[in-house]
Amino acid sequence: MEYAVAVLIGILFVGGIYLLLARSLVRMLLGLTLMGNAINLVILVAGRLVQAVPPIVPEGMSTPPLGSANPLPQALILTAIVIGFSMFAFLLVLSFRAYATLDADDTDKLRLAEPKGGPNPPLSY
Amino acid sequence: MLETVTAAADWIIVFPVLLPLIGAALLVMLWGVRVFPWLFAALVVAAIIAADVELLRRALATGPMSMTMGNWLPPFGISFTVDAMGAGFALVAASVTFVVLIYAQMDLPETARRDGFYPLLLLLLAGVSGAFLTGDLFNLYVWFEVMLISSFGLMVLGGRSLQLDGTIKYGFLNFIATALFLLAVGLLYGLLGTLNMADIARVAGRADPAPMAAVAALFLLAFGMKAAAFPVNGWLPASYHTPPPAISALLGGLLTKVGIYALLRTLVLLLPASREILEPVIAVVAVATLLLGPLGAIAETNLRRAVGFLVVGGIGAALAGIALADGSGIAGTATYIVHALLTITALYLVAGLIEKATGATDTHDMGGLYAANAPISILFFVLVLAVSGVPPFLGFWPKLLLLESGLDGAGIVERSIEPWSLAIAAALLLNALLTLIAGTRLWAHVFWRSGPEGAQSEAANPGLRRLTRRETWFGLGAASLLTLAVVLVGLFPEPLLNLGRAAAADLLSPGAYIAATGLAGEAP
Repeated sequence: MEYAVAVLIGILFVGGIYLLLARSLVRMLLGLTLMGNAINLVILVAGRLVQAVPPIVPEGMSTPPLGSANPLPQALILTAIVIGFSMFAFLLVLSFRAYATLDADDTDKLRLAEPKGGPNPPLSY
Repeated sequence: MLETVTAAADWIIVFPVLLPLIGAALLVMLWGVRVFPWLFAALVVAAIIAADVELLRRALATGPMSMTMGNWLPPFGISFTVDAMGAGFALVAASVTFVVLIYAQMDLPETARRDGFYPLLLLLLAGVSGAFLTGDLFNLYVWFEVMLISSFGLMVLGGRSLQLDGTIKYGFLNFIATALFLLAVGLLYGLLGTLNMADIARVAGRADPAPMAAVAALFLLAFGMKAAAFPVNGWLPASYHTPPPAISALLGGLLTKVGIYALLRTLVLLLPASREILEPVIAVVAVATLLLGPLGAIAETNLRRAVGFLVVGGIGAALAGIALADGSGIAGTATYIVHALLTITALYLVAGLIEKATGATDTHDMGGLYAANAPISILFFVLVLAVSGVPPFLGFWPKLLLLESGLDGAGIVERSIEPWSLAIAAALLLNALLTLIAGTRLWAHVFWRSGPEGAQSEAANPGLRRLTRRETWFGLGAASLLTLAVVLVGLFPEPLLNLGRAAAADLLSPGAYIAATGLAGEAP
């Protein structure tokens, strides 16, 4: 099972990095999301995949039953998903604002802060 | 379950995080109420400073201390573990934020101050303090994200197209960096089964060194990106000059140093064996960053972009200590972070004043400010000397420690030359020279030359204007306050050096750090 998930993680990473190399901001965002999901899967596998026994403590006992799933990666992933989603939302709005005001979905056109062929270095002193 | 209840006095460990979070929440709730939000924010920051002072005092007196949330025993519950280094950085960061808060009174347009500057500032401080104080790796990731999202908000505040452009580059690259950090955290959890820093420091030595080195390399890449180390530094000069100067100062002063701090924590405290494997990589990165930062500043004409390149050069110096990693090297990096927090923020604040007085952002169009406003020129010159590490000022002491460590490591005395340490020592000296050239050239162009470039006449620069009374009081006052701190700490460096020594001792022998969380006894 781990091997299958590892292959899936690899595919997601490849897709994410490929999209991140694009010039279009929207494609870059989708790439980031793919990469984020791949990382979440890494955390899931890091907690070891076991047959699904829910990690719930039965009544009258003080520990969960033997062989139950590891709850910690799920908590970590949940946090990461929430954070990743809010980042995605923010960057999406930012990209949309850039598209609306700068008419640019293309990073090559985003040269305001670093103008192409800007002024020469100072020659005096 | 923990049997003992945390003593009431120990709750102070979470105050530097709790106070800004509550303050920010209150400010957001009282969004419509416009009565003195700045006063409220200033009070909260002052309370954080007080808590940090107390934390630092205790950490210096009794060593690291820890508090674990939710009544779970340390490897499972999330710990806040405070040592002298974390408390010291948190204190300086909060003090710098307080000064920026004063400066912002004259710098930010009314709309920006209304649209959530204060809550975002407090959230940023919460993220920074949390990162400095936490003792849990995943929690560190969360604080990085808190910092990141509030810095996004601060950077676009005002919404000019220039800021949008800068924020997109800043946002994407920093998001990738935190994603890589999360990946490293996930892999480390898979290898060790724990995320508590003290626990990691305890068990890391037993794990297979090869995958551990891969994890450490990921940490190096992720935090190197955050800190703007050389091959991945492009986002910093592309974005930090776009927001208003007060916000530039806050981000430039605080954020990259948190990256360096995280590198110190992960590589030196948690994975020392892997750091040794990565040492040549860190050394190359440090040398390249040391040299390319100030070279960029020499070639740059936009004032605040040039300051951004000086920030990058400083990151190289901080990395040099991590590459050397002996007692004085770590102490050098720790004191360098304190120096950079103060000096870089002050430099951005003064750059903002220069932009106000000349009405330009490019040094081609500046000139003649020396005659028009002498105090600014003095502040700028002092800070240039401090950044390059000229003796009486603050920057000298960390560089002295680093140089000492580099020459020690180079083994000149024993005649067994270690090329990397020698290269780092040489790069440190060259960096000081290049930084001095870059800084004095900026000074000459902005203050000394009588007018904009190309103007042949000796007539005064017509673009200059006098600072208003408000700008003088809040702007020049705040910048002078920080510069005064730079001078005073430089003249009386003993407390700073003590802090550096304590940090090095805590990082290099993690016994006390582990013991503080209650995991003692099993250290390898």
